[in-house]
Order: sequence, then structure tokens, then C-alpha cells
Amino acid sequence: MTELKTNEVLLVANRITRRFGGLVANQDVNVSLERGKVHVLLGPNGAGKSTCINMLSGDLPPSDGQITFMGKDITGLSAAQRSLVGIGRSYQRTNIFPKFSVLENVRLAAQSRRQQPWRIFSKAMEQKWALDKARACIEEAGLDKKVDWISGVLSHGEQRQLEIAMVLATDAQVMLLDEPLAGMGSDESARMVEVLKRLKPTRAILLVEHDMDAVFAVADTITVMVNGLVLESGPPAQIKASAAVQQAYLGSEDSFHV
Amino acid sequence: MNTHTSLILKLAGLAILACVPLSGESFYVELIAKTLVLAIFAMSLDLLVGFTGLVSFGHAAYFGVAAYAVAQLSPKYEAASLWYVLPASVGLSALAALVVGLFVLRTKGIYFIMVTLAFAQLAFFVFHDTPLGGGSDGIYLNVKPTAEIAGWIPFELDNPAHLYYFILAMLVAVYLFLGRILQSPFGRVLVGIKSNEHRMQAMGYRTFRYKLAAFTLAGGLGGIAGFLYAVVFGFVTPELLSWHQSGNVLLMVILGGMGNLVGVIAGAFVFTGMQEVFGSWTKHWQLVMGGVIVAAVLFLPGGLAAIPGRIKRSLQGGAAND
Repeated sequence: MTELKTNEVLLVANRITRRFGGLVANQDVNVSLERGKVHVLLGPNGAGKSTCINMLSGDLPPSDGQITFMGKDITGLSAAQRSLVGIGRSYQRTNIFPKFSVLENVRLAAQSRRQQPWRIFSKAMEQKWALDKARACIEEAGLDKKVDWISGVLSHGEQRQLEIAMVLATDAQVMLLDEPLAGMGSDESARMVEVLKRLKPTRAILLVEHDMDAVFAVADTITVMVNGLVLESGPPAQIKASAAVQQAYLGSEDSFHV
Repeated sequence: MNTHTSLILKLAGLAILACVPLSGESFYVELIAKTLVLAIFAMSLDLLVGFTGLVSFGHAAYFGVAAYAVAQLSPKYEAASLWYVLPASVGLSALAALVVGLFVLRTKGIYFIMVTLAFAQLAFFVFHDTPLGGGSDGIYLNVKPTAEIAGWIPFELDNPAHLYYFILAMLVAVYLFLGRILQSPFGRVLVGIKSNEHRMQAMGYRTFRYKLAAFTLAGGLGGIAGFLYAVVFGFVTPELLSWHQSGNVLLMVILGGMGNLVGVIAGAFVFTGMQEVFGSWTKHWQLVMGGVIVAAVLFLPGGLAAIPGRIKRSLQGGAAND
């Protein structure tokens, strides 16, 4: 593996805007993701967090603005092309192959890094490198006891872990994680936070999350969005102290646990 | 069913099929030969419908292109070489599928169904109304291709038994080929696309290319069936490309069980069997057939391929807790 520079800026979104007809879902949003840092996107429902992730991952083309990865303009790349350069994502609603085993889900993700479609007479299950990679990523995401399970029958939390394993298997340098803790019990949440902490040093992570305990446990930078606009962006202490954020989003202490 | 039993059953089925020409009943030999050809055709469509999740309603086009290609590439009163007309006609089918695929694979769902149908209708009228096809009467293939290699003739397609075994060998070859492909990384990607195409894209698979490869391959394999059909019957008509033909093969796949090659072969047998039996009862056989298919879809959602599992479960019935 090549030497990793921490604090290396990997993904930058420069004033990205997305309009749906008359609705401006994101306006002039700036995001910068560095290796070794977790950047959290906060905001009430409908603030435009998922739209923002969708633009970064290539699922949704921006109406305006520019996205660069390691200095190269990637605004015009499709989701598949962005995955190949090193941007991986998980989804707010679990998005897996429910009829496949856990291993096959992650193996397919690993296989994507060395696609040899013309080798139609080789056997997928004999590609040791992909299997080894898949097993390692499953273990890293903490799912090693469920390797041969059909993924559709896993608990909700385990399926979220599976999504993380799939992102890992694509060697993603940038991980865009859309509410990985949503619907998890406290034990599962705590385990996932541990996983995130373990992944953090070697990757740049963008996290959309509502669980405030988790957010403040892992965040290096927090960007608060309201109505498609960035309200404030900075280190956790600054966000906690911000009067604007208090008023617009956090409101009372209760809404820390949305 | 474990792999041993399943292999034994498959070999037994093959042995029974291999015995058919020994009966000497030329009507049945030709009927089963035709069914085997349709089984190859149905397997080629299953690559799209059952494995990649692409419901093509125009698969007869590639069947027909190859059938017309044999008729057109063969000299009028001489035998063409099998080793030239077979690859050429299959290649033309694959090429046609490649070109059509470039357009139709940009659509999804119901639009894909309609656009594949539209292209097949286009092909139908090309052969129906242009000098390429010989009108609604079609073209005769007066002399069947010869398998001669430098003076040596390994088998003769003129001989019904030889032709039958040639078709059976092609069926086995296509079956093994598809089975192998589905185990390959390429095949896994196709199955992944069927399950969740969006997720495949998010993982870095440019799914359009994979789907185009599958569509081309399915067109070529469908072409093998079209080639054999023309050789068996000795003439081709535009009906081979009609939407009825596309619908029939789709029904064989659904009846047999999408995504199960043996099931699909069985589907072709049950379908042609019903055509024969109901056809001998009444001229309104399509009415009876329609009823049977509706019942099959309602009561046997996995098709014929789901029957072994059901039998197994009902045998275990009382004892097992599931």
C-alpha cells in the first residue's frame, strides 16, 4: 500500500447546487473531506443532506458547482466511475442483495475492483483474492459470525454493517455514509461507532447522522444544513456553542435525539 | 435436491432423449427435435429474463435472423458447408442483438418490453416486405448444409437421426455453456444486476456494458436455435419473427421457472406438449392453453422448476418443523 498522508484533502465540493423544478434542494454547498477526518452533515429532515450525498456519489448530477477528487474534476463522472476512482457510499435505506449470502454481497463488491468480464470460463468462487478480500472486510465490519447467512434475514443493524463491509471491499478512500446508525439499538450503535473509529485514520468519511451521541463521539467537523443551505460549518465545539444552530435546529436539548 | 441426485436425474433425462430416434417413429422424432430447438431458444432467453432481469418481448427476432441467414447464405441447389453457415448465421443474430441492444438497453421495465417488441416487429417487416425475405411465403432451404470436412462426412443432417443427435448435442452444449457462464465473475454480475442494478452501479460496475454483452450473447444463442429450426423444417417464414413466437418462448421460460435452465427445458416440452394435445382435442386449443398458463402462474409461481422443492417439503411435511 502506498504511504497515506493524513490531512490530505480528498474530496471537495465547491458551491454545488441542485434544483428540482422550482425547489432548491441544495444551494452553494461547500464540503471538504480529508483523510483521517470524519465530517458530519447535520440538519432536520428535508434539509438536503441526502441530496448532497447523492451529488457527491454521482447518483444525482448537480445543477451547478464543481466536485473534485484528489484535485481532479469529477463532476461529470457517473456513480460507477466515481466508485472506481475510490468514492464509496452506503444508503439511508438498506441497499443490499437480499437473496445473496453475506459473503456473496461483499465478494461482488470486491470483484468490482478487478473486473474481467471476458473471462467467462473462470469460476467466481475460485477467485481467491476476491474471497479473501471479502472475508477480511466482513471481519472488519464485525460480521464474521454471519458470513454464510442469507443477507435478507439479518437484523437491521447487521445489514447496515454489511453495507459498510461492501463499501470497504471497494477500497473506498472516501466513504459517504447516509445514516448508518438509523434504526439501530444502542448496542449495535456502539459497535458501529467503534467500527467508524477504526476506519477513520486511513479514510475520509462523510457521515449523515441523527444520533447526537455518536456524532459528537466521532466528528472532527460538523456542517449544519437547513433548507438546502449551509447554516454553519466548523469543529464540534463551535457548532455546540453556535447560537444560530441552537435556534434553527437543535432548539431544545430534546431534539438532540431525533 | 443434492447435487448427486440432480446429476443422475439430468443424465437419465438425457438418456431418454437419446433413445427417441431408436423408436423409428419419424413424427415423434421430428416433434421432439423441434421441442429441443425451442428449448435451446428458451434457454437463450432465460439468460436475459431469468438471470439478468431483462424481460425481452422480441427475442424471436434473433431466432428469425439466423433462420433467414441459413436460407439466404445457402446456394439454391447445392449444400452449403455447415462450418460456414452455422457460425455466420449465429454471428449475424449476435450482431443484430448487439445493434438493437445499444438502443433498447437504455430503457427499463415496461419500456424495455415495448421497445424490444418494436424492434422485433421492425425485423418482421424487413423479412416480410423486402427482397431480403421472400414475402409472406418465406424461403425454402432446398438442400440442408453438409458437415463435410475435406472429403470426410462425420454426420449427415439429411438423416433425421443424425440431425436429431446434432440438435441434442447443441442443447447439451448450450446448457453447459450457460451453466459455466453463470458461475463466472461475469455471470455473477448479471445476477447482481437482476437483484439490484443500482447497487451494482454504486459498486463500480458499468452495468450497461454487462447487459449489452448478455443481450448479444442471448441473441447469438437464440440464433443457434433459429439455425436448427430452419434446418429441421427446410423453410423459413416471417412468422418465425412474429410477436407470437416471442410470446411463446417467454411463456416457456415462465412456465418452466425463470432462472432455472433445466426448468426452462421442461417448460419447452410442456408447452409444445400442450400445443399438440389440446390441438388434437379442439381447434380452440389456445383457449385451453391460456387457462392452463394462468393456473400455472397462480398456483406454481416458481414454474416447473419449483416442483421438486414442493414434493420434498410435502414428503418431509409432518416431521419437519418448517
